[in-house]
Amino acid sequence: MAAVVNSTATAEPIATQAGPATSQRPLRIALIGNPNSGKTSLFNQLTGLNQKVGNFPGVTVDRKSGFAQLTPAQRAEIVDLPGTYSLYPKSLDEKVITDLLYDRAAGNYPDFVVVTVDANNLRRSLLLFTQLGDLGLPAVLALNMMDVAERHGVNIDLPALERELGVPIIPMNARKGIGVAALKIVMAQRLDAPPVRCWEPDDKLLPLVRQIRYYFDLHNDYLALHYAQQYRHIGFLSADDKAHLQELTQQYSFDAMAQQAAETIARYARINEILLETVTVTRTETREPVSNRIDKVLTHRIGGYLIFLSILFLLFQAIFAWAQYPMDWIDLGISTLSATIQENFSGPLVRLLTEGVLAGLGGVLIFIPQIALLFGFLAVLEETGYMARVTFLMDKLMRPFGLSGKSVVPMISGLACAVPAIMGARTIESWKDRMITIFVTPLMSCSARIPVYTVLVALVVPDEAAWGIFNLRGVTLMGLYLLGLFSALGSAWVLKTVLKARERSYFIMEFPVYQWPRWKNVGLTIYQKVKAFVLQAGKVIVAISVLLWVLASYGPGQKQENAEAQVRQQVAAQGWNDDEVSRRVASARLENSYAGSFGRALEPAIRPLGYDWKIGIALLTSFAAREVFVGTISTIYSVGQDADMGTLQEKLRAEKDANGQPFFTPARAFSLLVFYVFAMQCMSTLAVTYRETKNWKWPLAQLIYMTGLAYVAALAVYQVLA
Amino acid sequence: MFFLPVALFRRSSPVVAAGAATRRTAKDLRLGETGTICCLEDPEMALKLLEMGCVPGVKVRLSGRAPLGDPLMLVLGDQEYTLSVRASEAANILLKEEGAAHGGGSK
Repeated sequence: MAAVVNSTATAEPIATQAGPATSQRPLRIALIGNPNSGKTSLFNQLTGLNQKVGNFPGVTVDRKSGFAQLTPAQRAEIVDLPGTYSLYPKSLDEKVITDLLYDRAAGNYPDFVVVTVDANNLRRSLLLFTQLGDLGLPAVLALNMMDVAERHGVNIDLPALERELGVPIIPMNARKGIGVAALKIVMAQRLDAPPVRCWEPDDKLLPLVRQIRYYFDLHNDYLALHYAQQYRHIGFLSADDKAHLQELTQQYSFDAMAQQAAETIARYARINEILLETVTVTRTETREPVSNRIDKVLTHRIGGYLIFLSILFLLFQAIFAWAQYPMDWIDLGISTLSATIQENFSGPLVRLLTEGVLAGLGGVLIFIPQIALLFGFLAVLEETGYMARVTFLMDKLMRPFGLSGKSVVPMISGLACAVPAIMGARTIESWKDRMITIFVTPLMSCSARIPVYTVLVALVVPDEAAWGIFNLRGVTLMGLYLLGLFSALGSAWVLKTVLKARERSYFIMEFPVYQWPRWKNVGLTIYQKVKAFVLQAGKVIVAISVLLWVLASYGPGQKQENAEAQVRQQVAAQGWNDDEVSRRVASARLENSYAGSFGRALEPAIRPLGYDWKIGIALLTSFAAREVFVGTISTIYSVGQDADMGTLQEKLRAEKDANGQPFFTPARAFSLLVFYVFAMQCMSTLAVTYRETKNWKWPLAQLIYMTGLAYVAALAVYQVLA
Repeated sequence: MFFLPVALFRRSSPVVAAGAATRRTAKDLRLGETGTICCLEDPEMALKLLEMGCVPGVKVRLSGRAPLGDPLMLVLGDQEYTLSVRASEAANILLKEEGAAHGGGSK
């Protein structure tokens, strides 16, 4: 162990001796540590790949990796592992770690690990560290949050601690980037496994451990012990291997739990010895930490809920009221552009561009302000640490429904998008809680429903104040969200009674310390989400819009021409003026187009809900993704219309039913709204549910259940209101 | 400073004998009261608690309850960090009997 670094100041000269740098392939380095130990901040500092740093335990759900330039000649691939407290995984999230670290032969086995340790929390952090060390993994200890520790009067004798642990220690402050340079220098050197063993299996365990070790040709006893402990969950072991391990553990009547407990206690005993020699605490402040005092307010008996509700309400007001201005500009811009093009050019291509592409594109771009606000809000809640408190506040309320407080975070994220939300449910340890959460999360109104809600609510709800201070539309919108929430809770309750529990549910969680959001991270989250929405959803929407335009503009054979001729024959008899004639012609042509035929075929099924074939087309297309609805109706209602018809709002208002009355009555609009609250219309959600549950039954059940619910509820709404 | 580890983990009944009926747990702490962890019950839960730092000998203070009385907010050690634990889980954290466990105490 060449580099013994005891402070940032002395770390610099080592740069000169950062030895043989060039190697065949980049080093592979895994970052590991407790939740909230600053691991992801360090990852961002090392790689410069700016991805989200959350405060909630387990924000790192997928394997994230990036490249770091350690020295001018040496690059390293850094893998960011989920936060964990030990190498005995409890949640799915943590199993990623053991799968990576147990198989030395695997191609992606790391050359060494960087362990992030919170200097304020040494005892607990070192538990994980000593386990890693005993596995024989070369390691560097990144001692994070040194500034806070110093402020709290924690003095750490770094050279002594390095001696005890047998690894280089780099003091740092990952948030500010202090110590990162020193860490890079140490990382660039070849590291050996730490020579110190903190704990080793005792003699009673050795016969079992050695058999496993030689059978699998493992490099140390402790790893063999982990095989005995966890063979059921190790991904790369074959069924035969597992059977063999089961036989062995039974033969030696191996008690996994007792062993793990004994090991953990022995480790803490050793860690305590080390800390007694290396750490002194001269407490400088006796006041309660600020974070605890904030908690007194934010988790107050009554105030806590009021604050939470106010935050949610603010969110809805923001999405509806504040976002309106930029949305109006975008809408106006698109329709002006469209009109200008149509005035100056003509021909089918121009119509394809304005009625197909631009109408579809407008449907995408207009929702950028709302999506940006929503993701920004959620990012701030997570960054500050408030999300964990919400979990705490909600646990007792969620339990009667078969959910835990931890289900709240996926459900709130579900307001943005069900796909990451369902992946976020991995932090829930209990299988039953997790399945229920995954099943009901898509019922939370996601951002893709915002377009549908916005358009329809604005159509039938007047823009007036309600009870003095609230906006009536904002209240309606909140009502829709609440409908989604209550249906999710109700469904969870049903599922709770249906599902058989296999394991108990836990709710042990660490509170992250409150901190100011890093605005750069919030901005980045917003940027990434908006970009993903515009590019991914946008591509689908524009493609479907173009396809729809073609299907809606052309029909099979001479059907359209015949329909038009029929209308024109009636002109004299009915005494229509020119406007009326062109409207009727356009309508007749659309009805007899390809799209019209599809819609017509669907009409019998949706007529009881109050929908006509035009909405039928929109329903069909939005089974790929909900947000396509708005693009579809703006395409359908633009086809054959004058370009100066203006915004989508005006087009919908102008739509007449068979009797010449406005088509979008409150009954129809609310029936549609309710349909969109419940219906499962998102391929990506079904795909991610399959990926997370590994069983087609779950997405299939979601599809049938939610769509059935939507149909019944919309039917009821229309029949009652009409 | 640790009590006998292996004996600590047996389902249901507390293992350490004296006054088993009146054993106080972290769940019984009054708001703001500090106790010292003596041992843990229920093997599965005990392991999880141990990993999160609920080690015998460590001080634990009840700093708050969720508005509906559950879960609990426990501050561990010397203001080191805060855990959120359900009351049913806190009932597995047995406290030492001694009266000296009140207030800040010396380390």
